[in-house]
Amino acid sequence: MLNTSLDNREQERRLFLTRMSAAAIGVCLMMLILITRLFYLQIIENEQHEARSENNRLEVLPIAPTRGLIYDRNGDLLARNQPSYTLSVVVERTQNIDALMQEVSELVDITDDQKERFYQRLSSYRRPFEPIPLKLNLNEREIAILAANRVFLEGVQVQAELIRHYPYGDAFAHVLGYVGRINEEELRSVDLGRYAGTRYIGKQGVEREYESSLLGSPGFQRVETNARGRILSVMERQSPEPGSNLHLYLDRRLQQKAVELLGDRRGAIVAIEPETGGILAMVSQPGFNPNLYVSGFPLDLYNTLRASEDKPFLNRAIRGQYPAASTIKPFIGLAGVDQNFVTWDYSIEDRGWFQLPTDDRIYRDWIRGGHGEVDMTTAIAQSCDVYFYELAYKMKLETIHDTLDQFGFGRVTTADVYNPEPGINPTRDWKKDRHGFAWYAGDTINLSIGQGYMLTTPMQLAVATAVMANKGHWVTPRLLRYSNDSQLLDDIPEPPEDVVLNDESNWDRMHNAMHEVVQSNRGTARGSGLGASYDWAGKSGTAQVIAIERDEDGNAVEDVPDRFQDHAWFNAFAPMENPKIAVAVLVENGGGGSGVAAPIVRQLFDFYLGLEPNT
Amino acid sequence: MSLMDSVRLTPDHRMDRPRSLWLRLHIDPYLLVGLLLICGGGLCVLYSATGGNWDVVLRQMVRLAVGFGVLLVVAQFDPNFFQRWSLGLFLIGVGLLAAVPMLGTHAMGAQRWLTIPGLFRFQPAEIMKLALPIMLAWYLSRYGVPPKYRHLFVSVILLAIPVGLIVEQPDLGTALLIAASGIFVIFLAGLSWKLILALFSLAVAMLPVLWIYGMREYQRQRVLTLFNPESDPLGAGWNTIQSITAIGSGGLQGKGYMLGTQSQLDFLPESHTDFIVAVLGEELGFLGLLLLLAAYAWVLLRGMLVAVRGRDNFCRLLAGSLTLTFFIYVFVNIGMVCGILPVVGVPLPLVSYGGTSIVTLLAGFGVLMSISTHPR
Repeated sequence: MLNTSLDNREQERRLFLTRMSAAAIGVCLMMLILITRLFYLQIIENEQHEARSENNRLEVLPIAPTRGLIYDRNGDLLARNQPSYTLSVVVERTQNIDALMQEVSELVDITDDQKERFYQRLSSYRRPFEPIPLKLNLNEREIAILAANRVFLEGVQVQAELIRHYPYGDAFAHVLGYVGRINEEELRSVDLGRYAGTRYIGKQGVEREYESSLLGSPGFQRVETNARGRILSVMERQSPEPGSNLHLYLDRRLQQKAVELLGDRRGAIVAIEPETGGILAMVSQPGFNPNLYVSGFPLDLYNTLRASEDKPFLNRAIRGQYPAASTIKPFIGLAGVDQNFVTWDYSIEDRGWFQLPTDDRIYRDWIRGGHGEVDMTTAIAQSCDVYFYELAYKMKLETIHDTLDQFGFGRVTTADVYNPEPGINPTRDWKKDRHGFAWYAGDTINLSIGQGYMLTTPMQLAVATAVMANKGHWVTPRLLRYSNDSQLLDDIPEPPEDVVLNDESNWDRMHNAMHEVVQSNRGTARGSGLGASYDWAGKSGTAQVIAIERDEDGNAVEDVPDRFQDHAWFNAFAPMENPKIAVAVLVENGGGGSGVAAPIVRQLFDFYLGLEPNT
Repeated sequence: MSLMDSVRLTPDHRMDRPRSLWLRLHIDPYLLVGLLLICGGGLCVLYSATGGNWDVVLRQMVRLAVGFGVLLVVAQFDPNFFQRWSLGLFLIGVGLLAAVPMLGTHAMGAQRWLTIPGLFRFQPAEIMKLALPIMLAWYLSRYGVPPKYRHLFVSVILLAIPVGLIVEQPDLGTALLIAASGIFVIFLAGLSWKLILALFSLAVAMLPVLWIYGMREYQRQRVLTLFNPESDPLGAGWNTIQSITAIGSGGLQGKGYMLGTQSQLDFLPESHTDFIVAVLGEELGFLGLLLLLAAYAWVLLRGMLVAVRGRDNFCRLLAGSLTLTFFIYVFVNIGMVCGILPVVGVPLPLVSYGGTSIVTLLAGFGVLMSISTHPR
């Protein structure tokens, strides 16, 4: 019994020993697994994890450069950077994000739009403890409210950054353009390195044209951070290079005056300094508030403007293409005289209509019954159509085309205006390509009074007027006067070749003819010329939108709906001796050029020439 | 052969020797040295992991002191004492576990704590860490080994009750560890290999069922992120990515004591509790981890030896189970930190900061010492 018990015990002990040995083997294997794993991580994969740990710890933070400022010719700031305050939330520091949102929206207005964007960013990939913006552009009151309630709002931050501001708002919206948030398409095309830390990009106008100079170069700092993203120390820092400042030829006062003169009317005004080619004013009405693009356009307002028949987003000054109408008569007339198609003394008897020998069609003068006996000077002053019909018939399309081309019609001659339209200076080939028809003699007749296929932008007419004022001398039309980035001026392209006449005295005689427009007692714009303290020269134009039946005084026989009223043109320069300013004014559906556009030009000249001498 | 001989011979040899001072104090010096090494090293790592916070280190020292006090007291009891009290202790433990849902305190989405007003609060699950192996060791040794089927059946029931209650809290990590301690007893008692194989196959087959019905969403998430931590780099995967990075960047010799960037700059979460071994791995490297594992291995070897030398089945089963469970703690914790096991809340024994677990662990070693120093 004792023996069996002993045997039994021995057996039990052996059994346990076997089991324990099995367990020990298991323990050894598992130990081996651990050691192998640690060896793998620490010895074999060491470098990879080391790099990862350095990445964790060291972060290169971009420092956004300050965007270059934009000044007018007198040093008035047209685009500046101002601090803006953003409300953001560090979600990791909050207890209950929904409750917090509720609390915050009781303190400051949060739109559904903003909430939606916030939650969208919340659920996308991000670093822990990274602040998520909720509302931009806090006002003073909101900042104060948030500061006062800071204790109760754990995780809420108010951050400051510099954003673009346009102090003159609508008046410069088209010429300066605006910056807006970089969109996905732009993200794909821009050099991301240069835009590190920058959230805005020039979208239109000067902001777009000079984007790469205005932007500057980002700096960076290599910092050591902890897991919460808090910066513990700055190991290395390179300051950003601010963008270049631009000094433009624009005159803030003239621009605002031009806006005021156009008032509620749709239209455009472009003013150029003939001597420098500098664009003094470039207005397109209606405008819009460019600051809304910076802070984010409210969607309903944007849609309203976008759908508006007035097309406030269309920059009429450079993208609106209109028939030039009678405003091109001086250019054609000049070539006609200089190339001996007519002489200054050559006159015709205008009975109110013209007919080509080849067909029966009647080309009417704008005055029923005609102007009577007219020579070149009176044909300009009274804007006689028949005189130019006949001249055009002699000159043929090619001569007219070349003349217009020399003055810059049908092509872009400006240096730094963003995205201009080239207008149309038609040729026989162009018509064939575009319309599939041959050029008819009648097309040339229409062209002589700036109707038909020929189209110009207000900018082009202003440029041509400046060249006329300069007696054919071209200076590249440009906005930029100077910049601390001197390279920019070197980049201004060469102007087209000067217009050289066979007889240089023809310039003065054409200037005189244009002076007659505002001066002589039969000049179309004589009303606007009254009492001027300086001599000036101009030309009216009335561009037909549709054919309107008129009475003897040129007034419409029936009421014409607003949108089908003629466009009113006037282009002019002043003073005649040593011109300081050349202007083209367009009033869409304004009616007659001399009645509507000429007074605007006169007031603009009075204003500009009466200003203090420019610095 | 030689091992077997020595094992058989040792008790006789020991009987021959005069009873040493250690034996009279009921202290196993080998175990003690191993434990002190681990605890001492652990305090150093803790000091670094808290960024040099003496308060935390002092509190840990107090906890360790209490633990070693308990260890010494427990070691004085003869193993028979545990045998006698096994059922009582087990019933108390189950009772308290059952009370948790009614009287317990909520913390971090689970209900694990019982608060004794004015005194302290504790997790009844801690009691089970000792009560269950003692209970099973007693039960199985009583009816002789290897166990018969009906005893096995009863054992499984005894195992399932507390484990089920803990799973419900929910505290899957602790439940698995306690289940392991019970399973070890059954395994050591001589569960037939055939049955083990069968059960193992069954367990594998049951995995999908467990996945769908037995686990909560966050538990499933943890398992998933184990296989692809990058799938959720800022959520459940964050801990694992950061701890792997910490360990991996340590290299052979580490970045130097108190110089680990992952741990010192707070990239490593739970750096002084569950993930403390990553601090060690980052700052002292592969060599540091080998030293730690060596210290654990020393304690394990000694524990196994005590088990093998145990005077009867109860002692052997209990000592074996306690030792192996201790190893499972180490394995699960380090495996979790270095990304081969899902993230379960298992602290690194004797090193991680906090909790009653240190006291329970050291009490367990008290039992081991009692077994080691109470020869028949």
